[in-house]
Amino acid sequence: MSDHSSEAHSHGSVKSYLTGFIWSVILTGIPFWMVMTEAFDKGPTYITIVVLAVIQIFVHLKYFLHLDFSEQGKLDTYSFIFSAVIIVMVVALSVWIIYASNAMMM
Amino acid sequence: MSTTHMNTHDAHEAGAHHDEHHDTGGNTVFGFWIYLMTDCLLFASVFATYAVLFMNTAGGVSGKDIFELDFVLAETAALLVSSITYGFAMICAHSKNKKGTLSWLAVTFLLGAIFIAMEIYEFHHLIVNGHGPQASAFLSAFFTLVGTHGLHVTAGLIWMFIMIVEVMKTGLTGRAVTRLSCLSLFWHFLDVVWICVFTVVYLMGAI
Repeated sequence: MSDHSSEAHSHGSVKSYLTGFIWSVILTGIPFWMVMTEAFDKGPTYITIVVLAVIQIFVHLKYFLHLDFSEQGKLDTYSFIFSAVIIVMVVALSVWIIYASNAMMM
Repeated sequence: MSTTHMNTHDAHEAGAHHDEHHDTGGNTVFGFWIYLMTDCLLFASVFATYAVLFMNTAGGVSGKDIFELDFVLAETAALLVSSITYGFAMICAHSKNKKGTLSWLAVTFLLGAIFIAMEIYEFHHLIVNGHGPQASAFLSAFFTLVGTHGLHVTAGLIWMFIMIVEVMKTGLTGRAVTRLSCLSLFWHFLDVVWICVFTVVYLMGAI
């Protein structure tokens, strides 16, 4: 019983961990390479590294944290989605408010 | 505690209790996940603080002047590899392979220790060069954000050391596997936070 439900939260195979790992290496390597070689303009570099970071977060959630929509795993996933909404509001709105008030004081 | 709760509950609504097949181990891991979600909010606040303060360098250094990306890349590699080695430890734990679990845990511990050692070196290097957290709002926010992550990793290392001792002494009991599952979530979660740290702090700071 105990094995069954702990496995439900962390059932990964060597193959799935390796898949996640290879994706992570690629998604970490590209942004570091872009910034270290300064091969691209600033604007496109910013956008690319943010997009790649978001993709890498999803890779980690799927392959390492095993979030999914199965019967066992969906509670974890829903609680994560809830937190993600709160986080986006906390970070984005704080930055918006502070930068707006900063601009008004100029 | 939860067993007594279940018993009285079952007397009233036997059959209707659809959580019966969940044992406390699964509930523990879910509870730990909820804790991690609150920890996310802690990190979100610290990230928001950094985003607000990073331009206020008080005439001192900015990220571009002090970040060494090849050093950060090595730190990132250590943490990323430690994630997959912990995954292998969990696979061994589920197949009741005690020796394999201990070996992979030891490798993971070593990689985590390398990460922390590099971070301490970086902090020390900054402080002796006069770029300590008191120098500017940017550096305060930097040390708070990266230091909070570093403290979490240190806590993870202490926890991992305790788990190595527990598995060595009592083997892979159900309780030990539950605890390893919680640590697994913690460790992989810290790797996710590090993705945000190296992207927002180091890469964006160095562009």
